[in-house]
Amino acid sequence: MSEPTEDSVRAEARAWLQENWDPALGLVEWRKKLAASGWGVPHWPKQWYGRDLPVKFNAPIEDEFRKIGAVGVAKAGIRTLAAATILAHGTDLHKQKFLLPILTGEDTWCQLFSEPGSGSDMAGAVTRADKQGNKWVINGQKVWTTSAHKAQWGLLLARANWDVAKHKGLAYFILDMKQPGVQVHPLRQMNGHASFNQVFFTDAIVEPEFLVSEVGDGWTVATTTLMHERRGADGLRSWATASQAQGRIYEEERAEIATTMEPYKWYPQRAGRVDLVMERAKSTGKIADPIVRQEIAKLLILSKAAEWTARRARAAQEQGKPQGPEGSLGKLVSSHVARQAARVHTYLTGADALLTGEDSPMNGVIAEILVSVPATSIAGGTDEIQRNIISERVLKMPKEPSVDTNKPFKDVPRNITSRAS
Amino acid sequence: MRFSFTPEQEEFRASLRRALEARSPTKEVRRLMATDDGFEREGWKKLNQELGLTALHIPEAYGGGGFGTSELAIVLEEMGRGLLCAPFFSTAVLATTAILNAGSEEEKKALLPSIAAGETTATLAFSEDSGLTDAASIAMTATPSGALYRLHGAKSFVLDGHTADLIVVLARRGGSRGDEGLSFFTVSGDSPGLSRKLLKTMDETRKLARLEFNHVEAKLLGEAGGAAAPFARTMQQAIVCLANEMVGGAERLREDSLAYVQMRMQFGRALASFQTMKHKAADMLVDVEMAKSAAYYAAAALDEGDEEMPALASLAKACASEAYLQTAIHAVQMHGGIGFTWDNDTHLWFKRAKSSEILFGDANLHREKMMQTWGERS
Repeated sequence: MSEPTEDSVRAEARAWLQENWDPALGLVEWRKKLAASGWGVPHWPKQWYGRDLPVKFNAPIEDEFRKIGAVGVAKAGIRTLAAATILAHGTDLHKQKFLLPILTGEDTWCQLFSEPGSGSDMAGAVTRADKQGNKWVINGQKVWTTSAHKAQWGLLLARANWDVAKHKGLAYFILDMKQPGVQVHPLRQMNGHASFNQVFFTDAIVEPEFLVSEVGDGWTVATTTLMHERRGADGLRSWATASQAQGRIYEEERAEIATTMEPYKWYPQRAGRVDLVMERAKSTGKIADPIVRQEIAKLLILSKAAEWTARRARAAQEQGKPQGPEGSLGKLVSSHVARQAARVHTYLTGADALLTGEDSPMNGVIAEILVSVPATSIAGGTDEIQRNIISERVLKMPKEPSVDTNKPFKDVPRNITSRAS
Repeated sequence: MRFSFTPEQEEFRASLRRALEARSPTKEVRRLMATDDGFEREGWKKLNQELGLTALHIPEAYGGGGFGTSELAIVLEEMGRGLLCAPFFSTAVLATTAILNAGSEEEKKALLPSIAAGETTATLAFSEDSGLTDAASIAMTATPSGALYRLHGAKSFVLDGHTADLIVVLARRGGSRGDEGLSFFTVSGDSPGLSRKLLKTMDETRKLARLEFNHVEAKLLGEAGGAAAPFARTMQQAIVCLANEMVGGAERLREDSLAYVQMRMQFGRALASFQTMKHKAADMLVDVEMAKSAAYYAAAALDEGDEEMPALASLAKACASEAYLQTAIHAVQMHGGIGFTWDNDTHLWFKRAKSSEILFGDANLHREKMMQTWGERS
């Protein structure tokens, strides 16, 4: 058989869709058929619902789906990260049990990594995994867990060995969320939304076959999940758009997307809403204030230079040039943009910025910007961690001397929980 | 819009950098900046002719290389990096651009070939004692005198004004105001009635002069009374070029500071291993890369005739002004005590950052100009 080309792959996908696409099917029923065909995740192995095609064909295949109006496999949320991790590190049992319900969207997943005591220092997790008989018993607390209240399964990073260095004592599990030892409570944020959860484990049980890594390799597996998380961060927008077509399957897909997107509805505000600034400056009349004009111009400089810097990075990538420094700055720059935007929105709003909800401008959107922007410089890697990454990976500056990686984790100092009186 | 340099442009930049590193080490910069002229005529002529620098963006019809602003911007970025002491900005950017924007076919043919060939140095005299850069601030008058004119008044902050062979002067018809009645003129540097005084500049690598015109004989350049539009265009090009020069200097300071903290040991560790230094270095990289993006974009926009040009040029200048100065402040700080000494080279770029921040209008002015394009009251 000859090497597949974009044209041959498109033709094959189109032919299969013409034969099989049926909007009258239920969403799960259709996705089962799609998974069996390999066209839902063509870059996956043939053995596991894929077609062993290079990733570069995903976009043209998705394009064929769009043309015919066909719905794809479930891609939203943590389930994609779970699938990538299981494909890379899971056993055949994991693949048999979990991959199909991930693709059909029947199973929802959550990621149990961050803890109250370890956010940036994620390898410092202190949730315990103790072997009792042949089962693992989990005790501790996780936080910032999206969809934990809806999830059937969790990707859990926990400490199974306290006598070795911090990165060496972690194990990676698949945890059944629907059990008495797991309690999920919403975590309310400073902007009033509760997009995330806290998850408490009290003698929660993991069956031995749901250990994904060997004890000690948990950090390596978690790195796979995190890598896919970073890579997928830009995908948020693409899967957030539901088809507006009529029919049962479309309605089911729209409902799925609405549920998954619900926690993220304030995300545009956390980026600062630069798009609203000029309109607000004109409608409030503040456009005539020379000081406000200076602040708006500062914002425009930041946001345009940020956009052009990203375009430079993309252009270099497209030409196959080695990545320059401009490719590593986006996350940190977005914090600068968001903060300056919040400052400008405050100047534009005046006393009305004292108010919130329906008493405030744009039915609370402006107020929501002001109290959501602080998330930008924390979520997904704080500004401080970004600066470490830039200085170490781009500028090749040395790491700070480590005080916690060369000794048993049990000897590493932990948070001081009460002050001496 | 193009967001990367072509392989030819990259190669051009690399060969230019090699040449400037060899010909303009800081020892040479220090030697030339201490002279009144600020450069050496023979040395500059040789370098210029070898590399075809002043010819670069002059159209082929007038003896030039026919390249665009993007290539010119590369030259400026590299000169800003190397702090080359030469009358390049005054000749190639200010005077040449004014002639190209305002001159008739005949005038371009008469004036540009000797500039392209490196025989003539030139400058543009527009600011007066107020230091302002807008057309309305021009007070110098031009009075017709037969086929020629007589210029009377003073120009100041004239780049290389004390050494230029040819001076393009912006002056107005007596009694006219604002954009009206403005014309360009050309005057020879050794004209009778012209007295030129070198000003003592904080940034010794950029020489400025005050020129007094006592009824100096001048030739009209371009259309009588029609200089406002070509002048505005010349200033846009000048600030885009300056922004590119600035990011070259900022990048050099950033690299030198990084190299210094990598090498310097304190408290038993490389200074570069302290998070306070790493975070500063990361912030400097962000500032410089953002300013580069704005400067490159503005240069490409000039070549493409972008309608938003005045705002894009001002954006690039404002962005580079803040970034260069901030980088220079960090650079002195990262060097510590030695960074405040005369013998350490950091101050050469610090002063260039300061002079560039102010030249052709500071960040406040250019942010306001941006808003005049993008923030029209509706």
